[in-house]
Amino acid sequence: MSHPDKKRLRRSMMFLNCQKPALIKDPYIYQPDSIMLDLEDAVAENQKDAARFSLYHALREIDYRGVERVVRINGLDTPHWKEDIRVCVAGGADVIRIPKCTCGADVHTVERDVLAAEREFGREEGSTLLMAALESCYGVLNCLEICKASDRLIGVALSGGDYTRDLQTGITGTGVELTGARQHMIIAARAAGVQCFDTVFTNLGDMEGFRRETETIHMMGFDGKSLVNPRQIPIVHEIFTPKEKDIIFAEKVVQEIDSKKAQGIGVFTVDGKMIDIAFYDGAKRTLMLAKAAGVYGGNLV
Amino acid sequence: MINAVGRDIPEEVMKATGRDIFRGSLYHDNREYTKAAPTVRAKIDPTRSKLVGSIREALNRCGAHDGMTISFHHHFREGDYVVNMVMEEIHNMGLRNIRICASSLGKAHDPIVPYIEDGTITSILSSGVRGKIGEAISNGKLRDIAVMYSHGGRVRCIEEGRVHIDIAFIGAPTADECGNLRPNGGKSNCGVLSYAYADAQYADHVVAVTDCLVPFPNIPASISMVNVDYVCTVDAIGDPAKIATGAAKPTTDQRKLLMAKYCTDFVVATPYFKEGFIYQTGVGGASIASTIYLAEVMRQRNIRMGLGLGGIATPMVRLLEEGLIGKLVDTQDFDLGAVESVGSNPNHIEITGSEYANPMNKGAYVNQLDFVILAALEVDIHFNCNVITDSTGLITGAQGGHPDTAAGAKCTIVITPLLQGRSPAVCADVTTVTTPGESVDVVVTEYGLAVNPLRPDLMEAARSCGVPIYTIEELKDMAYAIVGTPEPIQFGDRIVGIVEARDGSIIDVVRQIKEFEFAD
Repeated sequence: MSHPDKKRLRRSMMFLNCQKPALIKDPYIYQPDSIMLDLEDAVAENQKDAARFSLYHALREIDYRGVERVVRINGLDTPHWKEDIRVCVAGGADVIRIPKCTCGADVHTVERDVLAAEREFGREEGSTLLMAALESCYGVLNCLEICKASDRLIGVALSGGDYTRDLQTGITGTGVELTGARQHMIIAARAAGVQCFDTVFTNLGDMEGFRRETETIHMMGFDGKSLVNPRQIPIVHEIFTPKEKDIIFAEKVVQEIDSKKAQGIGVFTVDGKMIDIAFYDGAKRTLMLAKAAGVYGGNLV
Repeated sequence: MINAVGRDIPEEVMKATGRDIFRGSLYHDNREYTKAAPTVRAKIDPTRSKLVGSIREALNRCGAHDGMTISFHHHFREGDYVVNMVMEEIHNMGLRNIRICASSLGKAHDPIVPYIEDGTITSILSSGVRGKIGEAISNGKLRDIAVMYSHGGRVRCIEEGRVHIDIAFIGAPTADECGNLRPNGGKSNCGVLSYAYADAQYADHVVAVTDCLVPFPNIPASISMVNVDYVCTVDAIGDPAKIATGAAKPTTDQRKLLMAKYCTDFVVATPYFKEGFIYQTGVGGASIASTIYLAEVMRQRNIRMGLGLGGIATPMVRLLEEGLIGKLVDTQDFDLGAVESVGSNPNHIEITGSEYANPMNKGAYVNQLDFVILAALEVDIHFNCNVITDSTGLITGAQGGHPDTAAGAKCTIVITPLLQGRSPAVCADVTTVTTPGESVDVVVTEYGLAVNPLRPDLMEAARSCGVPIYTIEELKDMAYAIVGTPEPIQFGDRIVGIVEARDGSIIDVVRQIKEFEFAD
């Protein structure tokens, strides 16, 4: 059976530098769904060890109040990733993010070390989840294989900076350079039944651009977005908050499917729309999002 | 004796300062007293000029001698030259045992510290002291016990005759030769002269100091010639760039913005947020951000502020210009936008310090406040606030209007981060009580807010506003969980200052600092 948190809500995933204790001591005050404690690019090469100490202390001592703790470890081509994994597992991180993931074998490599660490530190086997960041054309093309590589894998995230460099373009602000990867990744993730997260938007001076991009990826079907600043959180949550009419409709769909199923009816109409079991998960997801946003107080989810 | 906020005030301090202990904010309500009066000299001869060519000449004409009390205002803020030039002259004259009665003193006045050390200055009354004067007092270099009063408390102190000013030196951006003084129209404009008004009325001798003499009549005058003995012209009364700076850029600090958001969410959920509400806020990043958030809600709900009070900065001026505020009533200007507005907008009005906050007159503006948004260095589980001493016990801040507005407002909100650097800002016991907890209704931090149990009526607003709610003890525990329980500051034995409550009683004392000594 899969980990109970594998499909939890992950609209906002905020990057924080493990080298800065003042940042990681209380990011829950901004109420992101997940935080991404970074051991990789934000940490200077000669500070990796200090960052790991800081991370371990934070994971062990700080109550993050329900905010999911994801850790981005260093790449498999560095000397750091094995020790990173031991610290993550010993500290009890919820999810490990594999950077620069290119294929299913990368996931397997990390999974092996995670399992060994879980045994070493007496953690429940399978308790540490994984996610994969796709940062190259090769990785994006292998997305389906990566998504299916492990039952621990919660999903995949696009890393736009590295990916566009590999594509021999750059971040243009229009999104055109990311269209193919986004479309491919969301299709693959859905096919494999895992989540899909969009890349960061780094221009903090352009909040309107950030809003437009978030609206786009929301419409494309993404589950959430990586963030670099707390002020981006409320915008993402607002965009991912279902509208009142959608909530009411989703409530009816869930209730009707539950009751019609008992009566042996498969297809029926709600508010003039044809509904069958295929709508069930979508309606449930709408209600989950609504509940997380504080606009649904019912008990159907 | 133990006072109403639980502080033990030594009897010798009560005796030395002639002051009672603090017995509660309303203890002196309805008290009868006779106001003090200055001894003045008539100017009947219309041909006698008030003009003097130097500070020395002004001092001589006022009969300056040892032991006198000299007063100053702080409207030139960190750009002030007047205090230093007058004290230098007093020092050069060899005068001793001078008492300074200032509305506030800052880092601009660091140069007078040697005069404290050599006995020229032996007594100081001020809203607070920053910079090296604060260090000198905290290190026990001032002979007498320093008195720190609020803006309203200072006016009361003067009007009651608790302090009698011998010579008031009033820096004035413009003056005419008869002594009509205005805060605008000169080289170094400060917008208002509110805190100097009591000095002009109650000092025996009043000397205007200006670097911009204008033709008679310099009206409408903030301070009238009927109260001014001499007009002294100097090259410069201050540094205009430090008197009125450009508007501060709105903060982008997410922690401050979160506190501001929480503050506004609470404010708009209270019953006091309605058409015509009366509001005061400070000039810190979170305060200004909360004003900006509040304005958004005012626009959405079509609610206007009837009156904005207090020290004014550009964000409030912009709301006045937009029509979101009916009137701005002003005692101090923090930037050029505010200075220009009070000098030109008929709905932006200067008032005196007494009108603003004196608890012993027949009704001050602070009593009409619906909301005041304040900051604090520390707030404790009794909701007492400290705005004067830092985490080492050093005097580093000023009361300003903090206790006055807190006592007057229907809803007093203190915004503070849970931690100030490595120190918990929400703590078990503040180092120094400057504002009693009975006057503080809500504490807003970036983690959530706490409502004073004395105000159960505000709990409903707190519950409906969506901000996380904690008890003040829980906030304190969260702070201590992050940085640990702080060891008490170690002080020396000598009491170097008292914090005067608005009514003139002693709410707390400040002790001499000493080096921290480890237990082993």
